[in-house]
Amino acid sequence: MSALATGVATAAAPADPAVGDAGGLLLEGIEKRFGAVRAVDGVSLRIPSGKLVSFLGPSGCGKTTLLRLIAGLDTPDAGRIVLDGEDVTARPAHRRDIGMVFQSLALFPHLDVNRNIGYSLKLRHTAKAVIAERVEELLALVDLDGLGERSVRKLSGGQRQRVAIARALARDPSLFLLDEPMSALDANLREALQVELRLLQQRLGITTVMVTHDQREAMTMSDVVVLLNAGKVEQAGPPLELFRKPRSAFAARFMGPTNLLEARVVGRDVVRVGIRDVHLEPGAHDKVVGAEVLLSVRPGDAAVVTEGLDDDDTLRGEVVFVRDLGGTSECYVDCGLGGEPLVASGGGRVHQGVRQGDRVGVHLPATACVVVEP
Amino acid sequence: MTDLDIAPAPTTREGEPAPNDDEWEAPRPRPRWGQRALVWVPALVLVAFFVVPFGLMLATSFYRRVSGGFYEPAFTTDSWARLASDFYVGRTLYSVRVCLLVAALTTAVAFPFTWFLTRMRARRQVPLLIMILAALTLSEVIVAFSWNLILGRASGITNVLVWVGVMSEPKALTPGLGAVVAGLAYIAFPYCVITLFPSLKRIDRELTDAAGTLGASPSRTFRTIVVPLARSSVLAAFLLVFVFTLGSYIVAQVLGRPEHWTLSVFISDQALFNANVPFAAAMAMLLTVISLTVVGGVSFAASRRARLESV
Repeated sequence: MSALATGVATAAAPADPAVGDAGGLLLEGIEKRFGAVRAVDGVSLRIPSGKLVSFLGPSGCGKTTLLRLIAGLDTPDAGRIVLDGEDVTARPAHRRDIGMVFQSLALFPHLDVNRNIGYSLKLRHTAKAVIAERVEELLALVDLDGLGERSVRKLSGGQRQRVAIARALARDPSLFLLDEPMSALDANLREALQVELRLLQQRLGITTVMVTHDQREAMTMSDVVVLLNAGKVEQAGPPLELFRKPRSAFAARFMGPTNLLEARVVGRDVVRVGIRDVHLEPGAHDKVVGAEVLLSVRPGDAAVVTEGLDDDDTLRGEVVFVRDLGGTSECYVDCGLGGEPLVASGGGRVHQGVRQGDRVGVHLPATACVVVEP
Repeated sequence: MTDLDIAPAPTTREGEPAPNDDEWEAPRPRPRWGQRALVWVPALVLVAFFVVPFGLMLATSFYRRVSGGFYEPAFTTDSWARLASDFYVGRTLYSVRVCLLVAALTTAVAFPFTWFLTRMRARRQVPLLIMILAALTLSEVIVAFSWNLILGRASGITNVLVWVGVMSEPKALTPGLGAVVAGLAYIAFPYCVITLFPSLKRIDRELTDAAGTLGASPSRTFRTIVVPLARSSVLAAFLLVFVFTLGSYIVAQVLGRPEHWTLSVFISDQALFNANVPFAAAMAMLLTVISLTVVGGVSFAASRRARLESV
């Protein structure tokens, strides 16, 4: 029960009193092996009803396998899947109350838009008039009015995407699953549809699990992000918590660009980076004095300064490169720590005059420094 | 003005903007002699080895048979008149019926079989495919005599059934129509599988998964998704088996009584044993025409249906 307890505690969104024990989706100690590979290795999570949870991770981290297990397209080797208080572990996909959007969208090429969307209703022997009405309603929901007669082969990428969403929602499932739903779309369309799909999910209040490898997509759309690595939950929580307080170097890197600095604990809430003391927020770590730790600092939180170079919390170095993108600019500063130069883009555009070769300081505010596991 | 030397946007000679990449088409190089030969050589071979013999056969069917097993050039419709007799019309219709039955049975078994084969992991799929391809290397003669043994009274399958207790005494299942159909289906099965395999393999797993998540049981998924998507290749497999079995003569001869003989058996019988080559030629022509008619008719109906559906 202890593994489960930690999983639930970390995965649950900020306490929502409306969520009873019965609602939503519960995963208990899920395992799935393919030969010698543990694709999913003991995952326990509670996904509260009405929320959108995304499984984020690099390819091969087990996120799609986990989604297929939830859908019932594969069976787990161990563990339990409970949907709305009912144990569905042994039930095949067609006997679970789910709707799923596939990576390839998987629209039936031999059926037109209406028949694709109405497929699940026809299977349940719904009356023709009722199906037609529901399909109309769904077409309106995804802004495809009037395209019902169209062959799915003659739709644009965005339209196909919408048909897949409408089809998955047709029978009002209690769980909505999305497997990298935007991967077939070009970048601009993807950004727009992310917002649209999130708004739709909130409007319908449907429990949703999404798989993605795109950190930006996960942050745009999710209530809770579950970061997976090698079949295990690396960290789970609200997107901003994962971004601001990553617990591991993996999480820090995966959630966005970051600087990882080796440091040594020299006192309570003080670490030494190179020759300089850097102050941390109270309670930032539980290591003893002398311990080696890893600091993660987002480039946006690290500011280039040209005064007070000898102050605490400021690393001295030489600017090796300036990437000026107009709106933002990044300074690459070699602070003599070995490894990659530090990237700093914080502090607005105070460092506008800084040029390659200048001696500058990089200020690391206490709130920006997070101690992470290597 | 900056004094950077930036080249102007590329333009065509007339000063119009360069065309889009989408619209631009590379000028086609003129085919060389080597490339032309790639088309012409097979075409010539086809003419030399198919059209010419076909013409000779057509001519032969009008030749006159002379005693002693020979024939001489002439123009007589004797052979065709004999072919139009009740007996041969009956045998022709019988042949078509048997071959349609075999084609239907073989396709009905091979289609679901091949579907499951394409869904298997490679580790199990490859040995099965090798076994099926190995069956192709067996000659028709060996297959026919093997089935003769399997269905015979002395050593056949009925002995097993007696031993199990299903039958009271062993019985010969050959010669008979059942034996002919079984033998033909056995030979046609691997061809049917390899015809169906590529197109069934191409059906994306996510399509059937999607049907499952929408509430379709595996059998429902097969009927509503796989069957419609595989229709044209199933049709192709059916036609292949039909044409193939229509031309097969050893199986029906070994496993059937004369009343089970197909037209092909009569052709070999006339050509080899009765030395009536003109008559055999006439029957062969008829067989070819039947094959082409069935293939053409079914293809036409299928394309018409596809056109109607696409509208």
